[in-house]
Amino acid sequence: MTKHESKISFTRRAALLGGGALVVSIGAPMTLDRVLEIGQAHAQGAKPPLTPDQLSSYLAVNADGTISAYFGKMDMGHGLHVAIGQIVAEELDAPFKAVKVIMGDTASSVNQGGASGSTGVQFGGKQMRVAAAEARRVLVDMAARHLAMPADQLLVKDGVVSAKGDTAKRVPYAELVGGRYFNVQLDWNKQYGNPLYAPGKAQPKKPSEHTVVGQPIKREDVAPKVFAQQDFVTDIKVPGMMHGRMIRPAVAGATPVKVDESSIKDIPGAKVVWDKGFLGVVADKEWNAIKAAQQLKVAWSQTQAPFPDQTKLFEHIRNAPVRKRAVEQQNGNVDEAFKNAAKVIEAEYEWPFQSHASMGPACALVEIKDGQITCWSGTQKSHFVQQGLAATLNVPAESVRVIWTPGPGSYGRNDADDAAMDAAVLAKAVGRPVRVQYMRDQGTGWDPKGPASIHKARAALDASGKLIGYEFVSKAFSRVDVDTNGSKPYDTLAGQTLGVALKSGDGFGTPAESYAIDNKRLSWETIPPLLDRASPLRTSHLRDPVGPQIHFASESFIDEVAAAVNVDPIAFRLRHATDPRDIAVIKAAAEKANWQTRPSPRRDQSGSKLSGRGIAYAQRSGTRVAVIAEVDVDRSSGKIWARKFTVAHDCGQIINPDGLVKCVEGNIVQGVSRTLWEEVTFDRNTVTSIDWISYPILDITETPAKVNVVLINHPEIAPSGAGEPSIRPVAAAIGNAIFDATGVRIRRVPFSPERVKEALSS
Amino acid sequence: MPKMDLTVNGTTHAIEADPDMPLLYALRDDLGLNNPHFGCGLAQCGACTVWLDGQPTRSCITPLSAVGNAKITTLAGLGTPEKPHPIQAAYVEEQVPQCGYCINGWLMTAAAFLRDKKKPTEAEIKEALTGLKCRCGTHISILKAVKRAAEMMG
Repeated sequence: MTKHESKISFTRRAALLGGGALVVSIGAPMTLDRVLEIGQAHAQGAKPPLTPDQLSSYLAVNADGTISAYFGKMDMGHGLHVAIGQIVAEELDAPFKAVKVIMGDTASSVNQGGASGSTGVQFGGKQMRVAAAEARRVLVDMAARHLAMPADQLLVKDGVVSAKGDTAKRVPYAELVGGRYFNVQLDWNKQYGNPLYAPGKAQPKKPSEHTVVGQPIKREDVAPKVFAQQDFVTDIKVPGMMHGRMIRPAVAGATPVKVDESSIKDIPGAKVVWDKGFLGVVADKEWNAIKAAQQLKVAWSQTQAPFPDQTKLFEHIRNAPVRKRAVEQQNGNVDEAFKNAAKVIEAEYEWPFQSHASMGPACALVEIKDGQITCWSGTQKSHFVQQGLAATLNVPAESVRVIWTPGPGSYGRNDADDAAMDAAVLAKAVGRPVRVQYMRDQGTGWDPKGPASIHKARAALDASGKLIGYEFVSKAFSRVDVDTNGSKPYDTLAGQTLGVALKSGDGFGTPAESYAIDNKRLSWETIPPLLDRASPLRTSHLRDPVGPQIHFASESFIDEVAAAVNVDPIAFRLRHATDPRDIAVIKAAAEKANWQTRPSPRRDQSGSKLSGRGIAYAQRSGTRVAVIAEVDVDRSSGKIWARKFTVAHDCGQIINPDGLVKCVEGNIVQGVSRTLWEEVTFDRNTVTSIDWISYPILDITETPAKVNVVLINHPEIAPSGAGEPSIRPVAAAIGNAIFDATGVRIRRVPFSPERVKEALSS
Repeated sequence: MPKMDLTVNGTTHAIEADPDMPLLYALRDDLGLNNPHFGCGLAQCGACTVWLDGQPTRSCITPLSAVGNAKITTLAGLGTPEKPHPIQAAYVEEQVPQCGYCINGWLMTAAAFLRDKKKPTEAEIKEALTGLKCRCGTHISILKAVKRAAEMMG
């Protein structure tokens, strides 16, 4: 069952590459000479190279009039492809439904960075916008010659170019170029990934001219999902495919020293693939691969227990040597301000390791055939996986095609890229295509983790209570202990277990706000990983990579300072926030939530059920979000219900308001889950949170009753991201609401019932 | 390898398989039905849910030996684009998905619940769906869709 063959991109490209000739239908008024003349200018039969400086790398008009948009990023569930389709349709003046966005196939798109940092619209859309604008310019130019009229006398509607005032004089895009490739050079900035930018000569439309951008267009991929018609990466099968499963050590860092293949000899077709620390099994049937992985007898090297006792995690971070230190913002003289302070307020916050715990463990399929490698992967970054596979298999990148196929959930650098490399190593070893899907304990136990951290904040107040000094420093595991993609073998489990020299990176971040304080310093410090090789506690990007932890601390602390000077939390923020768009989101949230100005805590409740409200706000790469949480606290059980949220969101120009609201809702709910429940547990040997019991997430019974989203639209401001910013303030908003309700400040996430109960009783 | 018949969405298929193998793998690998998904293999998330004689069942831990003659219904058997089940129509209308990998479990569980319980309260809906997992956080839309489907089913 080769289900992938039904993919539009595959069949279309195959047909064109196979035929290699003109497939445009030649209309009656056109001679072949005329077609060729136009074609030489702007279109050709043979495909130009798939490079960022070619218009054909982004767009094609097909013979049937549909438009293919080849996008080097991909949708992780927010409906990004709808927004991209809107942008392309808008600039081309083509019907939205005619545009098909084909995402993340390395054979049809250039490296635009993959799903990364909420840049799908911000950078990906920016490029598709200028490409589509250039395509329209070129098509109008071709139509001008076709109709023998000046270009400025033409208009475009629904993909048809016609004469102003005489729509009988018309030519559809498909007739001009349908089925052939654009042959148009763009002005590429020579960068790959997120910064890639390659405009043409055309200027995109003014926002005031937009009719498709800004509309609440629905997703067409919902129906296929609910009628079981859409393939996920887990569903792809190719002839001759075997199933693979990986075997991980019970003590992290241990490697196999003896593998007893006879222990699985009763399982039909089961084979062992063992090379240094890399150990997997394959079988023709999936169930047999699972059984073989469970049954295989392995003796492991004796290794020292690599991890500290979990109760000592934050002590470990506090005492660990600093590997890198960075001061990202500094003004005034902070040390002097603290010397002169009438009062100093200090607090420290703690955030645990968290897991992506994607809905399903990662899956990938790799086929090696006639020197060509094809990989189906749910990765966020197929072009980087292409490089990783090339390095792992020691072949040129041109020999590798990665076809992004929707995976079982992704919120950053999860286990997807590791699965792709493992599948490749297995496929090479057995000489057949191999599909790997991890088991649940590996998906939750062995994915790269969101880094654990501590955050120290202190504020200097003068005698009048004015905030004169502020210092915030995070000390944490790195956000890039393994990098955000699998392009380098040392960043993947396969590479690490096969003995590639490691290279752990350093990175963290600082609060993103506009508080003007005369003496202010924001900095971070990273510490080495607990285990330098194939670690289930290696750290990387998990949604809004380090934003939730940093802003949990910084926005809790601002609340603490506000409470110390007995000022309303919003009034206190507005006293210091300087950016007009920051101020606007804070005010919009306050207004929508009917915020009553008063200091926290409220102190007017008794009994076991208490309620409170809290605010937090943050910027993220141009986007601003303010979140107000209203929570109920059950003092007897310690259970928190994050009952209502009001979110004011400004990401510049809004492409699709309904899609944006869904995107924000998902961020809020996942943010509640991570704040109330999520904590990776481990013992001295390995990670012990390995399923949905040991790594609980939010249950439907705990869903907020209401999430009100106030969208602030700035059509004149280029869109920034929305995929992650609104998760950023959630933890602090909840923590501040708990403080408002109870007068107790909880400085460690998650706010599990046990922790809340303990905090309230002490 | 023992032979057995599986009746899925009204069609009977003959397979040869290990009786200890969970039904999920027979459906996905032997019959090529991708509707139920592997999420955990531990009956903790619901992504693998199918109906056995109308009862939602976690196929990832149900050995073939326990299936017997039960009639199996998968998501594809619930409805079609032409004749959608109300919960499918409501999911499209409410635009529930983020990644969509969990959808199968929610739909199969909610459809059975709504068949047996008319005009449920919100608390009853939540109780019926408790334990199912959605990692993307679509819970608000899920509840809207189930309420919408409940109204459609009167």
